[in-house]
Amino acid sequence: MREELHDRVRVFLADHDPATTERTQFLRARYDAGLAWVHFPIGLGGLGLDQALQPEVDRLFREAGAPDNRPGANTIGLGMAGPTILAYGTDAQKDRFLRPLWTAEEIWCQLFSEPGAGSDLANVATRAVRDGDEWVVNGQKVWTSGAHNARFAILVARTDPGLPKHHGLTYFLCDMTDPGVDVRPLRQITGEAEFNEVFLTDVRIPDDQRLGEVGEGWKVANATLNNERVSIGKAADRESGMVGVVARTWRERPELRTPELHDRLLRLWVDAEVARLTGARLRQKLSLGQPGPEGSAMKLSFARIAQQLSGLELELLGEEGLRYSDWTLVRPANVDFTGRDAGYRYLRAKGNSIEGGTSEILRNIVAERVLGLPGEHRVDKDIPWKESAK
Amino acid sequence: MSDLDLLHSETEEDLRASVRALLGDHCDPVAVTRMYDGDRFAVDGLWKALTDLGLPGLLVPEERGGQGASAREAAVVLEELGRTVAPVPFLTSAVIATTVLLESDSDLLAAVAGGERTAVLLVPWSIAATDDLPRIRSDDGVLTGTVTSVAGALEADLLLVPVASGDGLAVHAVDASDAGVTPLVSLDMTRQLADVVLDGAVGTLVLDDAAHAVRRAIDAGAALLASEQVGIARWCLETTLAHVKVRKQFGRPIGGFQAIKHRLADLYTGVESATAAARYAAATLAEGDPDATIATSTAQAFNADLAVLAAEEALQLHAGIGMTWEHPVHLYLKRAKADQIALGRSGQHRARLATLIGLPG
Repeated sequence: MREELHDRVRVFLADHDPATTERTQFLRARYDAGLAWVHFPIGLGGLGLDQALQPEVDRLFREAGAPDNRPGANTIGLGMAGPTILAYGTDAQKDRFLRPLWTAEEIWCQLFSEPGAGSDLANVATRAVRDGDEWVVNGQKVWTSGAHNARFAILVARTDPGLPKHHGLTYFLCDMTDPGVDVRPLRQITGEAEFNEVFLTDVRIPDDQRLGEVGEGWKVANATLNNERVSIGKAADRESGMVGVVARTWRERPELRTPELHDRLLRLWVDAEVARLTGARLRQKLSLGQPGPEGSAMKLSFARIAQQLSGLELELLGEEGLRYSDWTLVRPANVDFTGRDAGYRYLRAKGNSIEGGTSEILRNIVAERVLGLPGEHRVDKDIPWKESAK
Repeated sequence: MSDLDLLHSETEEDLRASVRALLGDHCDPVAVTRMYDGDRFAVDGLWKALTDLGLPGLLVPEERGGQGASAREAAVVLEELGRTVAPVPFLTSAVIATTVLLESDSDLLAAVAGGERTAVLLVPWSIAATDDLPRIRSDDGVLTGTVTSVAGALEADLLLVPVASGDGLAVHAVDASDAGVTPLVSLDMTRQLADVVLDGAVGTLVLDDAAHAVRRAIDAGAALLASEQVGIARWCLETTLAHVKVRKQFGRPIGGFQAIKHRLADLYTGVESATAAARYAAATLAEGDPDATIATSTAQAFNADLAVLAAEEALQLHAGIGMTWEHPVHLYLKRAKADQIALGRSGQHRARLATLIGLPG
């Protein structure tokens, strides 16, 4: 299988020289050849192969100097919208959305969280009311990464306030160029505005951009979130991510070393290495078709380790750690977790235990869905959403 | 290194099932507890049953009288032995002593592999591969000296003795009956220690220029101890989960309280992580992968502390019941704490990593 795949990539690269083929043309052709995400079905950018083969394909293209599809700028699209559309979309939706999503011609964002629906995501108040072949959407979303660059959004809205909160939700694919969509930057502790508030005023969404059945939004959203947690917990080579940054500083700046910091660094190095192996083992499990909520446990480790490492890095830098590069408001196209300077890394890493599910919620998920412990007491589970305390 | 399989194969799961069934029949926790009351418990019967399964020769090639399996299978056995804190000399004889004998062409290997003899490498149980090795004095093959706190010595009839040989180290074999073996009251009586005195015993040379082989044996022990620690931790997690699901306070199972759920979610995360670390250590050992030393010290640095945490959490969440002699959790705490010191503390393994990975102090 592996040999055959190598051959396919070789043939493709011979037909489409990365040096002379225009970027978008190259990416479209790669998609059409089934070499975009090899585990997707034939005709939808894939070859129906084992997902474990993907990194190898990416490596071959990288080594050939091929343009990438800007994965950093489209993490929501590639990691969440794509798999969810594949799982729940109609044939027409898959044909319409998956190719430009993968080529980054269309960037995606996620309109899930609201001021009253963060960890309690099923509490969304954004309303979608049916009007003929369209839905009319009104509400406010928040913490929306990349909304200022997004062409489309995955959106969860309430379509029946008379049902209990998990049952009255529906999932939509929202056009961000609709005149009723207002994206406003939300400045965060790093000084930049990676997030946005998104105000939705009489936004009109055609019914054929509904994903899944009316009232099935919670189920579809959970598929999205499971994908998110697995992708966030992704580990790669040894010393990739935050541990690599701190280890490099340690090696390059011997004058900063102290015994106390040395012990802490080694403990975190071990934790990061073990988390990397745990991620590798989880992906081996997933490739055998044993998916589950275990990705939540990975994300818990990832967040803790990144926060402790970035905190240690500031202390290691000492006087230098007291300074900060730039407080100017910028709206970055993608999140650079390990880029910029140590102060940025320290502040940005604080979001790791909040975004994609707070660590507290993830612990509940692990405890309830993996370990089978009793669920939290819910006073609003079985009553109509409109009658629950807000 | 990314290609190494970190899951358990079907063959390994079959082996696990056999070992688990056998331990279920022969390793009753009540009987294990009794070891602390001076009753040596029917260790021989249990070890005999494991011997019938071929476990003493698991790591030995078939042509030398063993099973021809790898460190991956031995790791699975140790997961199961950890789950039951089984008082058997598998790690000391079938892993550590056997790894030394594999380097020699001695016939003793076949005897150990077949279970006719049980061997022990004469080193303190707290030794790390980076420590100075103990050296018994040899006077024309007549050995004199003492090694303290040796695990597996009480069960062994064959002592593999590191002996000073010029500037280097040799290993001699001595019949245990020619040595003074004094049992010690040990924190972990399920792996009881002994002081061993050699006073004129006659040794047979097994291996010359043996320093490397002895360090490698200690490292193999450390790598696979990580799997024993996984077994301990997993038992603690599963037993505690079962307990908090039925134990009621304030009118509901205590496992429904978020304070307890979150601790167990964290413990689960730790146990899954320890499993990955132990699997990687076993896989690199099995493959002779050059990353084995880093993998071993990483696994020990992580798993030694995690197993102790698991036992401490189990005790706390069982509360009063956990403090009793009747409940087996104390057996796991004692084994986990002793294992944390065995074959190098986690701090020693971190110190070694600092050199191996290029992060000097």
